[in-house]
Formats: sequence, C-alpha cells, structure tokens
Amino acid sequence: MEIVVLLKQVPATESLIGIADNGLSIKTDDIKWVINPYDEFAAEEALQIKEAHGGSVTIISVGPEKTTEAIRTALAMGADKGILINDPAAAGYDGLSTARILAAVLKETPFDLIIAGQRAVDDDNFQVGPAVAEFLGIPNISMVIKQEIIDSKIRCHGTIDGGTVVLEAPLPALFTTQRGLNEPRYASLPGIMKAKKKPIDIKTLADIGLDADRIGKPLTRIMAMQTPPERKGGRMITGDSAKAKAVELVRTLHEEAKVI
Amino acid sequence: MSQGVLAIAEQLEGVFRKVTYEALSEGRRIADSLNCDLTALILGADIDNISKELDQYGADRIIVAQSPAFSEYLTDAYTTVIADYINKENPAVVILGASTQGKDLSARLSARLNAPLAMDCVAIRFEENNLIATRPMYGGKILADVALDGNPQILAIRPNSMTIANAAGAGLIEKLDTDTGNTVLQFIEKSLDTGKVELTEADTVVSGGRGMAGAEFTVIEELAQLLDGAVGASRSAVDEGWRPASDQVGQTGKVVSPNLYIACGISGAIQHLAGMSSSKVVVAINKDPEAPIFSKADYGIEGDLFEIVPLIAEEVRKLKG
Repeated sequence: MEIVVLLKQVPATESLIGIADNGLSIKTDDIKWVINPYDEFAAEEALQIKEAHGGSVTIISVGPEKTTEAIRTALAMGADKGILINDPAAAGYDGLSTARILAAVLKETPFDLIIAGQRAVDDDNFQVGPAVAEFLGIPNISMVIKQEIIDSKIRCHGTIDGGTVVLEAPLPALFTTQRGLNEPRYASLPGIMKAKKKPIDIKTLADIGLDADRIGKPLTRIMAMQTPPERKGGRMITGDSAKAKAVELVRTLHEEAKVI
Repeated sequence: MSQGVLAIAEQLEGVFRKVTYEALSEGRRIADSLNCDLTALILGADIDNISKELDQYGADRIIVAQSPAFSEYLTDAYTTVIADYINKENPAVVILGASTQGKDLSARLSARLNAPLAMDCVAIRFEENNLIATRPMYGGKILADVALDGNPQILAIRPNSMTIANAAGAGLIEKLDTDTGNTVLQFIEKSLDTGKVELTEADTVVSGGRGMAGAEFTVIEELAQLLDGAVGASRSAVDEGWRPASDQVGQTGKVVSPNLYIACGISGAIQHLAGMSSSKVVVAINKDPEAPIFSKADYGIEGDLFEIVPLIAEEVRKLKG
C-alpha cells in the first residue's frame, strides 16, 4: 500500500495573528510553525494503515524551505520520505494552484491512497483535497473519522451536518480527515534520530515539468485584510444569590438584548 | 458572455437546509445588482413537492434534477451533473451554502471548471462592478477581502452569516434531463442525529468546557433544548471524550455565529474565541473571575455553572409559560 500524505506547515493555532505592512499577508515573525493539525491526523492514519497493510508513507508539501521542519517531524513519526516543492513562484498561489502542483507531483509518484487534511487552519479553504482528487481523476471522501481498507476498496465513515455517512470507493482514492479519526503519536527519540537520515526531495516547479505559465495566474486574489472587530467585555450580572443572577440574566436577554 | 446567478439548493431527506434559503436570498441580491435572473438548481430523489418553495426566495427558474441516483450526496455524481449544467448555461456567479456537503462540492467543482472559489464567505459586495467576497482566515482571526478572476465566480457562504429575505420569483420549474452522473462512490449507509439542531445553523448555542469536569452535559443539553438551540463544546471537552468532535467550536472545530452564545465553564482560549466571536450576543458563566472569556462576553456571571445553568433554564421555562 503506497500512501501519500498532503501536508502543510501553518502557524500554531495559539498564535496571535497580525497583519503585515502590505495589508495582504500576516506578520510572520514570532510565529511558531507546526504541522497543520488536520494533516497530523492524516500522517497518523497513514502510519496506522502502513502498520496494518505494509507499504510506505510519502509526505508531499508545497512551501518555503522551512517546511522541511514539518516534513521532518512527520518522518520522525514514522513516515518514509518527503517531497517538498519549494519555488518562489508558488508563494502567491491559491488553493487551486497548489492543488495543481500537488497533482503534478502525484502523477510521478506511485500511490494507492492519498490522505489530506480537510482544511489547513491558515487559509481555511477546504479546497486542496477534493481539487487534487479531481485533477487526478480519482474519488474523494471528505471529513473522515474512520476508515477500513478491504481488498482494493476503502470504506470511510464521513461526518456530514447532522450525522455520519458511510461511503465506499475503489482505490486509488483520496480522503480528508476530521478530528476523531485518531490520536496522533509523538515522535520518539529514536524516531527523531532515524528521521535525520530519511530523504526529503526538494524540487522546483521546473523539476516537475511545470512553470508559472502552465499553472496560470491564481484565480483568487486577496485585496485587503483586516482583523475582525474585537469583542469587548460587557457587564457582569451581579446579585445576592445564584437565583437572582439567573433572573437578571434572563430578563436582560429577553428585554434588552432581545435574543430569547 | 456569462450571465445569471445560479444558486445550488441543498436538501436532506426532503428538507432544505437553512443555509439554502440564505444562499438563495444572497443570490437574489447579487442578481439584482447584476440585473439578471436567479436560477435555483436542486438535486434529489424525491424533491418534486419541495422545489416550488424556492420561488419564495426570489428564484426566477427552478431546475429540478430528480433521480433515485441523487437520493444521497455523492461528490462525483453531483459534481458531474452540476458542472455539465454550468457549462451549458454559463452563469456568472454560482452560490451555495458552505455546509459540509457544500464545501466538498464547491471545492471539486472549482477544480472541474477551473473557476475561482471563495470558501465560507461572510459578506459579498460590489466595488466598481467587481464582486468582492469577505471570508475569514486563520480561524476567524483575519477577515480577507477576495477578488475572483474567472467564470463562474463560486461563492460558498457560511451558514448564519447572510440574512434570509422573502422575495417573489417567477419560479418556473424545469426538469433537468440528465444521465445519473456516473459514480464510483458507493453509498453504504448513514445515520442522522434526529431532532438535533445543526450547530452551524443554530440561532442559539450553549457550550460546555473544562468546567464540566467530566459530568454529563445534561444541564447544557436541557438549556439548549429549551432555547431551540444546539450544544457546543470546547476543545478540551472534546479531547477528554466528553463530547463528539462534531460539537467542537473553535479554530480546529466549527465556527458558529448564532444570535446567542452561552459559554459555560469555558475559559476562553484564543482558539475557542476564534470560533465564536462573530456571535451576536455572548454570555459567559465561569467560576474564575479572571477567565479571559469574560473580556469577550456581553454578559458575564461569576459562579458555579451546575448551580446557575439550571436556574437559567427555570427562568426561561417561566418566560415561555
């Protein structure tokens, strides 16, 4: 079973996010960079599948050179090798362009199964996984919390709004992860030592037969960024007793805020 | 020349999702700005009796693709049918709800059509005839204005972000003759949480966090039910296994924008605040007077949630008579 994990390095979710001077991107100093949490579920699931069915796990990412840190972490968890597309031209790309690059890499990489995060918690696009599947002409199943591989098929439990659905797809296929799929392992010390010797293949767009013309201009452009209006603390509901506070809250919500 | 606005209607078991009405209403506003028609497209197995309803939200035409093959949402079949329709009709704008289904569908559609997609839009406006979509990034810590170059412009709108407006549309119903969109995905089964209000669509959300300390969420559920709302949870409550992942509110869970958000025993970590700060009114109940959540709440109560929440429920019950 050849398994590919699509991985992105993102700011840790506890990061305070500020807008850079150009107004179109975020300040990157003082940010702690981590594996996108949903991609961490993907890496863990890939390792569990490898442990059950044999094969290998390849991590593929598009990003700047420091992305090797995140790939190295996944290798320390137990993945076998990494491929990073690092090209200055890719920096301004949107989800669809990124999916095109990943699909081009995958056309040269043998795979039976691709696992991707449902979204990266920076752009929050929810786009790359299904788009890669489309470009490769393979089925995708979104927001998976459980999977089972039987012969040449994969059966996935996906979350939908208001419930879960069980779908089956022939391999090769792609699925995206949802929290609850697994509990990602920590890299062990021997794992970290071994990861140092594992290969990370760093390539440019030209190396995979692409160039800016063939990818085309990104179809979405960020025109401005702002921080949402900050919520301010309102008033504390006081009272002699818990009962008095509850009465006052419900009265306020009903008569003043008019939300109940 | 592309023209017209196409709204994709989402239904589950013959009931439209609330976000479908929001997508239609926003689609109507965009169509009015562009001075063009709004068309609704609906797929399903048994939808004849509900399709007509969409004319109340301004649909000039309602295209019905009815087949047993569409009884369940399957990415590949739906993508093929909708992409073929779009290629034939060439709408300028495609709008749909960013539900779980809508996110999956719009992502795959954008790749099939090589079309720009703005995911999870919370506002849409025109600047010098150019459509600008506002969408949250970084779990809502940033709002980005995005321009979309290409056709059609696909807008997946975040539930509970756009207002529903009634508008009479001509509502001409047309059957879409289609093959069944050939699928390699096979539906096995599904289970629905009946009677539960979907978290992202709820007008009221009552959430519990670490302060629940492993107790059953009974007090939270009771208040949520009284308010016709949904139950949410902080990440720690989910990590502890007290609630399913689908209840999680926050940067790595769901983002909610209800009219009323009641945070019980939630300290207010930055990731949680990102998931609920667009709520209209926020109430926080916490034992710790220093909890950061109080600085983001419109109303705060310092105290034991297990004592206070049932008392609030009692008052709500009285109010409802």
